Amino acid sequence: MNAPIPAPQVSGPQIFFTIPILGGIHITETIVNGWLVVAIISLVCFFLGRNLSTRNPSRRQIAVEKLVSMLSNLLQETMGKNNMFFLPYIGALFAYSMLSSLLGLTGLRAPTGDLNTTIGFALIAFFLIQFFNIKNKGFFGWLKGFSEPVFFLTPLNIISEIANPISMAFRHFGNIASGIVITSLIYYALASVSRLLIGWIPVIGSIPILQVGIPAFLSIYFDVFTSFLQAYIISMLTMVYVGGANEAQSE
Amino acid sequence: MEMTEAIVRAASAVGAGLAMIAGIGPGIGQGYAAGKAAEAVGRQPEAKGDITSTMLFGCAVAESTGIYGLVVAMILLFANPLI
Repeated sequence: MNAPIPAPQVSGPQIFFTIPILGGIHITETIVNGWLVVAIISLVCFFLGRNLSTRNPSRRQIAVEKLVSMLSNLLQETMGKNNMFFLPYIGALFAYSMLSSLLGLTGLRAPTGDLNTTIGFALIAFFLIQFFNIKNKGFFGWLKGFSEPVFFLTPLNIISEIANPISMAFRHFGNIASGIVITSLIYYALASVSRLLIGWIPVIGSIPILQVGIPAFLSIYFDVFTSFLQAYIISMLTMVYVGGANEAQSE
Repeated sequence: MEMTEAIVRAASAVGAGLAMIAGIGPGIGQGYAAGKAAEAVGRQPEAKGDITSTMLFGCAVAESTGIYGLVVAMILLFANPLI
């Protein structure tokens, strides 16, 4: 008789330790993996940014320049010329979001599979939108903007303003977290099926043979494709919303 | 396990299943968007890149209602506030 297969464990990020100030700050898997991602991005950027020259650029430099100019063209198309100072933020957002999700491939927990990370992304966008609205319309103009086109729509306008960052955060979190949940369920199901098929063979039967290879195809969709798509979506939405709040002033 | 807790757990599991009915909407919407994109590529094959990126963006935005359902289901299953 074989030992029972452990039920799929889907849990939130583990708390490694707690800093005992301000009522205890929990240092979770998300934070540690997030710092890992930051370290990876910094190292990659450091190595890509070394030995640049204008006379005889290396192949590496040409590739990086191509990448940066692609991003800057996209930014110029979506946000306009007066918002080009957002290029470093959007680039960092894209790189952090994509590498965080891709970290799920290595077996570590993806930082974007935690709602706190994505709410962070969304809150930055939210405060940028409000800041530029106040800056461009003036404080009272910003308040007046809520009661347009008719005054009794004010509650609806406020709700739709708050719903923006919530939907951004939940969209990114839900996509990555559903990948984590479905992957663990698939592993459990494959273990059960291989137990049924070859469980009667004495030694080999205890190895869940179906777990080899099949999850890789799912991982291509859930990790690689979703990571890229969600990073694109969240930077695109940030660009569209913030660019809409800070449109070029007509002369 | 107490009777009330058992009932709450069972009802949460049923509720999580019901919450995932929200997946129907995005499924229909994304299928429609993909069909329209295929039509557009058929009519204008040279704009394939633009059409694909626009379609993916629209699909991901349309997906959010389904994601809300998923989040509700996951809250009911893994972080139930009622128990």
